[in-house]
Amino acid sequence: MMQRDDVPFLPRGVRTCFDRVRETEVLLGPERVLMLDQVGVAVLGKLDGVACLSEISQALSQVYDAPLDVIEPDVMAFVQDLVEKGMVHVRPH
Amino acid sequence: MSDRIDPPMAMLAELTHRCPLACPYCSNPTELTGKERELSTEAWADVFRQAAALGVLQLHLSGGEPASRRDLVELVAAAREAGLYTNLITSGIGLTERRLKELDAAGLDHVQLSLQGVTAAMADRIGGYKGGFDRKMHVAEVIADIGFPLTLNAVMHRANLDDLEATIRMAQHLGARRIEIACVQFQGWALINRAQLQPSRAQVDVAKAAVAKAVEELRGALVIDFVPPDYYSDFPKACMNGWGSTGLNVTPDGTVLPCHAAETIPHLNFEKVQDLPLSEIWYNSPAFNAYRGTDWMPELCQTCDRRDIDFGGCRCQAMAVLGNAAAPDPVCRKSEGRAVLDVLLEQDVHEIAAPEYVYRR
Repeated sequence: MMQRDDVPFLPRGVRTCFDRVRETEVLLGPERVLMLDQVGVAVLGKLDGVACLSEISQALSQVYDAPLDVIEPDVMAFVQDLVEKGMVHVRPH
Repeated sequence: MSDRIDPPMAMLAELTHRCPLACPYCSNPTELTGKERELSTEAWADVFRQAAALGVLQLHLSGGEPASRRDLVELVAAAREAGLYTNLITSGIGLTERRLKELDAAGLDHVQLSLQGVTAAMADRIGGYKGGFDRKMHVAEVIADIGFPLTLNAVMHRANLDDLEATIRMAQHLGARRIEIACVQFQGWALINRAQLQPSRAQVDVAKAAVAKAVEELRGALVIDFVPPDYYSDFPKACMNGWGSTGLNVTPDGTVLPCHAAETIPHLNFEKVQDLPLSEIWYNSPAFNAYRGTDWMPELCQTCDRRDIDFGGCRCQAMAVLGNAAAPDPVCRKSEGRAVLDVLLEQDVHEIAAPEYVYRR
């Protein structure tokens, strides 16, 4: 199970790109395309391979002026789903 | 049905039908295209640019064996330049360390390595190519050293389905992020060899339980995608996610198909990239519009609550088993065609001594 101090990152072979035809940000990985909404773009934009999940949640809580206890479960669930799809990897802090 | 036609997400480019292996379940057509009719490097590069402009995000470079193309590195570079996520579907034969490094430098995103068996004896018998397994294992090591993300694509059937757990262990051993456990679908060469390839119900039950267990145990460590043997299913697969909805396939000679087996439907006429722009073919060709959406469907599918789940199943399977591409997929328990499929299945699993494989050559 993922911990709050795990550091998520996009592994080799997974990248975001702007889809000019559909005019949306997408996440591309092995045999998978995920259309990203605003929240997805915001979370993935914070994956720098240094910040842990709890730091990412704090940063987003400030940017969106929303309580941490609302933001953090969303961030954890979003990243956990991508980990299970193999689109995000995590390493211990 | 929605009148709007969405742009395609994925394109399968069958660069060549040439292949050192001769797997008896090959998805290529039984009539293979020769080297002299293959598209040139520049023609493929143009198709990649057109595909990206049309909305394709993912490109699968396949064959045959794509490494049989001398210009593979150039083709990968062209695909990346066009902005496509580029996946190489290969047996590994023909890929040296030097060539893999060149593919890395050209920007190849992902490798899908086929697996014919977990032992040299099995793999080389299925591939009809002695020494192929050892070379594949070497290629897998180089892939891991370079760091390419790897999917292992294990095609399963009667002879190797009992090795399922060992197959999953091999994916872990090779450092794969993902394994596709694909039970043979009966099209092309596999249809000729159906009696030898069809697993038994007991094998299928054991395999399904093993997959379910592995999915739980390896969650987060290995992505497992399972394509079940559909003669044993109650409802059809959502073939191609619906005809002309998501993906397209370009054959070695530039013919554009809604799926790799579509040419088995004799009354359809398929356009070539040499004659028409790709977008014109996708949006307007009669072949792509033939089974698009739901208007073409028989009453049974039109009124079915699974209409938008499986889209009536596979047109090529309806053609192959029933001789009518517009019939419901005969896998469907609700359809009249199911009785025909059940007779075939009964014959397959009660064959006393299955004949030898007919190899794809």
